[in-house]
Amino acid sequence: MTYVFAFMFLLMAGYLIYFNVVKRDEINANANNTKQDSQSDKIIRGSIVTDDGTVLASTSVNSDGTETRTYPYENVFAHVVGYASNGKAGLEAAANYDLMTSHSSLLNQIKNGENNEKIKGDNVVVTLNPVIQQAAYYALGSYKGAVVVMEPDSGKILAMVSKPDFNPNTISEEWETMVSDDTNSSLLNRAAQGLYPPGSTFKILTTLAYLQQNNDIYSGFSFDCTGSLTQNDVTITCYNGNVHGAEDLKTAFAHSCNTAFANIGLNLDNGAFRKLAEKFLFNNSLPTSLTHSDSVFKLDKDTSYGEVMTTAIGQGDTLVTPLHMALITSTVANGGIMMTPYYVERIETYDGDVVSETRPSAYKELMSTQEAGILTDFMKETVNSGTGTALSYSGYSVAGKTGSAEYETNGVTGTHSWFVGFSNVDDPDIVVAVIAEDGGTGSQTAVPIAKAIFDAYYNAGY
Amino acid sequence: MINLVIQVSRYLIIILMALYTLQSYTVFRRTSSRAKEYVFLRQNISMFFIHFIAFAVLFLETMEIQILVFYGAQVIYLAATLVFFRNLYPKASKLLINNMCMLMTIGFIMITRLSYDQSIKQFKIAVAGTILALIIPLIIRKLQVITKMTWAYAFVGIGLLGLVFVAARVTNGAKLALNIGGFSFQASEFVKIVFVFAVAGLLSEARDLRRIVIATGLAAVHVLILVISTDLGSALIFFITYLVMLFVATRNPFLVLAGLLAGAVAAVVAYFRFSHVKVRVEVWLHPFDDYANKGYQICQSLFSIGAGGWLGTGLYQGSPGAIPYAQQDFMFSAITEELGGIFSICLILVCMSCFIMFINIAMKLTNRFYRLVALGLGTTYAMQVFLTVGGGMKMIPLTGVTLPLVSYGGSSVLSTLIMFAIVQGLYMLRRDEEEKDDEKRFKEFQQNQGPRDPSGFGNPGGQY
Repeated sequence: MTYVFAFMFLLMAGYLIYFNVVKRDEINANANNTKQDSQSDKIIRGSIVTDDGTVLASTSVNSDGTETRTYPYENVFAHVVGYASNGKAGLEAAANYDLMTSHSSLLNQIKNGENNEKIKGDNVVVTLNPVIQQAAYYALGSYKGAVVVMEPDSGKILAMVSKPDFNPNTISEEWETMVSDDTNSSLLNRAAQGLYPPGSTFKILTTLAYLQQNNDIYSGFSFDCTGSLTQNDVTITCYNGNVHGAEDLKTAFAHSCNTAFANIGLNLDNGAFRKLAEKFLFNNSLPTSLTHSDSVFKLDKDTSYGEVMTTAIGQGDTLVTPLHMALITSTVANGGIMMTPYYVERIETYDGDVVSETRPSAYKELMSTQEAGILTDFMKETVNSGTGTALSYSGYSVAGKTGSAEYETNGVTGTHSWFVGFSNVDDPDIVVAVIAEDGGTGSQTAVPIAKAIFDAYYNAGY
Repeated sequence: MINLVIQVSRYLIIILMALYTLQSYTVFRRTSSRAKEYVFLRQNISMFFIHFIAFAVLFLETMEIQILVFYGAQVIYLAATLVFFRNLYPKASKLLINNMCMLMTIGFIMITRLSYDQSIKQFKIAVAGTILALIIPLIIRKLQVITKMTWAYAFVGIGLLGLVFVAARVTNGAKLALNIGGFSFQASEFVKIVFVFAVAGLLSEARDLRRIVIATGLAAVHVLILVISTDLGSALIFFITYLVMLFVATRNPFLVLAGLLAGAVAAVVAYFRFSHVKVRVEVWLHPFDDYANKGYQICQSLFSIGAGGWLGTGLYQGSPGAIPYAQQDFMFSAITEELGGIFSICLILVCMSCFIMFINIAMKLTNRFYRLVALGLGTTYAMQVFLTVGGGMKMIPLTGVTLPLVSYGGSSVLSTLIMFAIVQGLYMLRRDEEEKDDEKRFKEFQQNQGPRDPSGFGNPGGQY
């Protein structure tokens, strides 16, 4: 009996150790945690900088002792870097603890304390690339929407743009108008929190479901597209009434043939399809501390044929975030292994000593190398002869998939323009995911935006 | 300069606390009583140093003269407690006295830091409680009748809890207290002790089924009133204490297993029947889901522990006041934030040292009643520490009980001081018995050896 209780005491001590070793960072980084704010009379908030030293956010102390947080790039990094007043958002919220903590030497701290000087908090070095971020920002232009650019083999996020945006320098003044305006929702980071119908970009997963349910053999697939497919009362048509004629799986994919994919959907095992989607993190949280929405996939084994057909072509009830689409595309580009996405490269003291560093880590192998190879081949075909031809004849190779996601909200209909893809197909460099709200077809709007980003990347000599 | 002092003080306090804790355990390795005495004195030195450093920091941070005066009063109180106990009761357990003073010192430091006014209140009650505690061992030793008042205990216990349940006003939406002359009286804190006495009385006399049924019924009534009063922490303490006492009295593991099973069933029923039980569990599982309301307290507690890390922020460098009711229910988290995780681990180990002393004393008592009382009190103590520390860390669901001697709360301090004094009284009883045995043996020895003693060798017993 005595031992049971003695064990209980040791368990408490052990749990406190466990808490400090395992859970502490997560608790300190919690968005609701304002503990570090009480440090503001001792610590000057650290800077947010990129790997090449570009400052994205920094605090300067005015002559009267007040502090100003400045964002030199104004609107360009608005959502991903966030803001530190009026509540906190983005990286300013996620890395709040690090920015308000100083790991500079004890000697420095005491010296500063002696002179009644504040200590500079740690700097957060991000993986974001100013060249690509700006290219993406300007390429998206005046469209509402989002762009995510990442490195498929490491999971590094190189750019994350969301529009409409705001200027973090003047957020306090514009706060009231922004919060009361619900048509633009400029504060929302659409890249990670915007839920969109994936449209035809979802055919990547429909194709994968087909492959997995047919032992990766697709040579037997043939379909004669007449421009529409009717099952009882439900009719699926190809975009713009196009008739694609006889096609195999590859050409159906490249031409984004809706009727062929609706037909595939009817022959799929819905339960297995849902399992696959959930394995790819639909209805689940993405492996990142970045504030994001969970994508939605509703199909199950009892779903009616109409819903099955629309789901297979990326319409129906399916919703996805641009970040999630970028991750799925990265998985294809990375030979089937999804890397854990990250945007904090490392934490440094203000004088440059490394406090902690993020290492790339694999989240999971989600498909075989062979399946990734087939999908890459299909996506390459899409660029070479299908809906993404605007991207061929560049100095680099691209594999991708377009999407024209039709939506209806409150009786208003429209089409969002999607593109997901990666460049340098044999050894992929970057993945780009673009959505332009009301941009029409993928080829019309999203593809040129993606091209501008790829161009900027290669023109910069990366 | 002040900054330097504060920085250095953080480390000093941790080192001294670690030293003190280590000595609470290594003292058992010493065999000679002089060596032990020396260790106990060194513990006192550590304690007074921690007290001094902490109050120096509190003064430097606030620059209030009253802090210095208060510090002086505390030093006199602590020194007097140590001196009086040692001189009035040379046979008392010095380790237990030291631990008692150490825990109160930590409490004084942290409560003064959180609220000066409350600390003054706490101090007054501690002084009164200590005077009371000085008489209790005497009562235990002289009044044999306390072992025979089983029904009086049962009556008082149920009566008090019932009275509280009927007449009490709800404070903080959960705990029930009686208001007597502006002093909020937390009945369950005292009923704990009376309950242990009642159960000990029932189970020590006989072990027949009838007795066990009566004792179980008595325990069930206590627990039920507490559950209905939404004082879940106390209910759990009473329940486990009863099971432990039952097991020690009967040595029947099946009874305990049956009890645990019944408890588990009751817990499941309570979970679905009482919404406040369900809420506790849900907040424990998903504290951030309802961050702004129900989860706020536990989340702030976790933020505090997280902010403290291993070394703590230093006194006045954190914000433990952000936890609602920190002084009462989240003392452990507040201490961890400002004094650090290492300090808190030491604190847990000091509490464990108290518990081990309780059990150590219980095991050596031959009188069944006293033995059950010591065991029962030891169990309530251990359970209370477990519930508040484990709850604050979100290791187990939150039940809102105080950390004995450390947390703010008059009833809590008073009842714990009484509890410690009772155990001290029992410890002395044991040493009285030992002495009697020694004398008897010595007399027998003399009688046997006496006639054959060669004259002129003096008294051989002189070496005893």
